[in-house]
Amino acid sequence: MLVITALAVVRTRSLFAVVMLSGVFSLLSALLLVTLDAVDVAFTEAAVGAGISTVLMLSTLALTTRHERPSGASPAIPLFVVLVVGAALFYGTLDMPNFGSAEAPAMQHVYPEYMERAPHEIGIPNVVTAILASYRGYDTLGETAVVFTAGVGVLLLLSGLRRRRREDGDDDDDEEKEEERGQG
Amino acid sequence: MRHHLILRVVTKLLVGTIILFALYVQFHGDYSPGGGFQAGVIMAVAFILYGIVFSLAKVQQVFPPWLVHKLVALGVLIYAGTGVYSLLTGYNYLDYTALNPSYPEYGQERGILLVEFGVGVTVTGVMVAVYYAFAARTPVISDEEW
Repeated sequence: MLVITALAVVRTRSLFAVVMLSGVFSLLSALLLVTLDAVDVAFTEAAVGAGISTVLMLSTLALTTRHERPSGASPAIPLFVVLVVGAALFYGTLDMPNFGSAEAPAMQHVYPEYMERAPHEIGIPNVVTAILASYRGYDTLGETAVVFTAGVGVLLLLSGLRRRRREDGDDDDDEEKEEERGQG
Repeated sequence: MRHHLILRVVTKLLVGTIILFALYVQFHGDYSPGGGFQAGVIMAVAFILYGIVFSLAKVQQVFPPWLVHKLVALGVLIYAGTGVYSLLTGYNYLDYTALNPSYPEYGQERGILLVEFGVGVTVTGVMVAVYYAFAARTPVISDEEW
């Protein structure tokens, strides 16, 4: 179903439908992550991918046109790149452990230690939260700072543009008035 | 969207529930999936939904932009401040044992709660602020286009 949705996204020309389909794509990948028992990640994917980014894409769409312009470029080179990368990724999956295998590297390295230590050291049952906020507290602080910086950056970019445009508009008005005065 | 009665009524019902769910995800993150980031996003969704169905002006009355911008910074300050507090009380940076030295487990739990709250506040602020920034530039979509 993921593949079908992706193909539909590529084939559809109406951008509104594309945005909706990418929301569907996010929800489907959230389901995939639930199957992999990564409930926290699935939660994030559903909330951010299907929720927020769809809304932001829609508000961007309202600023531009709603139909994709057909491009005249030949699809041969992009298709070649996609096929090569796809083949490389498939080759990579051959080395991956089987689904749910206990010998997977993720189950071997630090995982048992965390599972053993977290309940009596941190005192909360959700080990993911314990790792994120306590053992990896610095990382999460950094992530929060990244979110903060990204937000400030977007705000600066968007509001800066708006102000400049307004100034331009004012200038135009002044020029028009001067022209009128000149004619008068 | 003045005349979409069903949308407006359903939104009014949902916004409260969404905020409640966000708070649940935020403060129940110790026991169930979720945490500050997810809770922040869900909280922001409540305001964005309100903004879409009613209007940007209405939602900005409830949640003014200056407050949103303050929240963006406040969350990071809460997080970093927790670390500074543990420094001041003689522990390592972000060592939550400082919050309850006699029972380190409770200290850890409290620290995680505080830190996740900081993350949630920042994420809510950033998401709502980005939405405001986009929506303020948007020409109103007429209903015929849908």
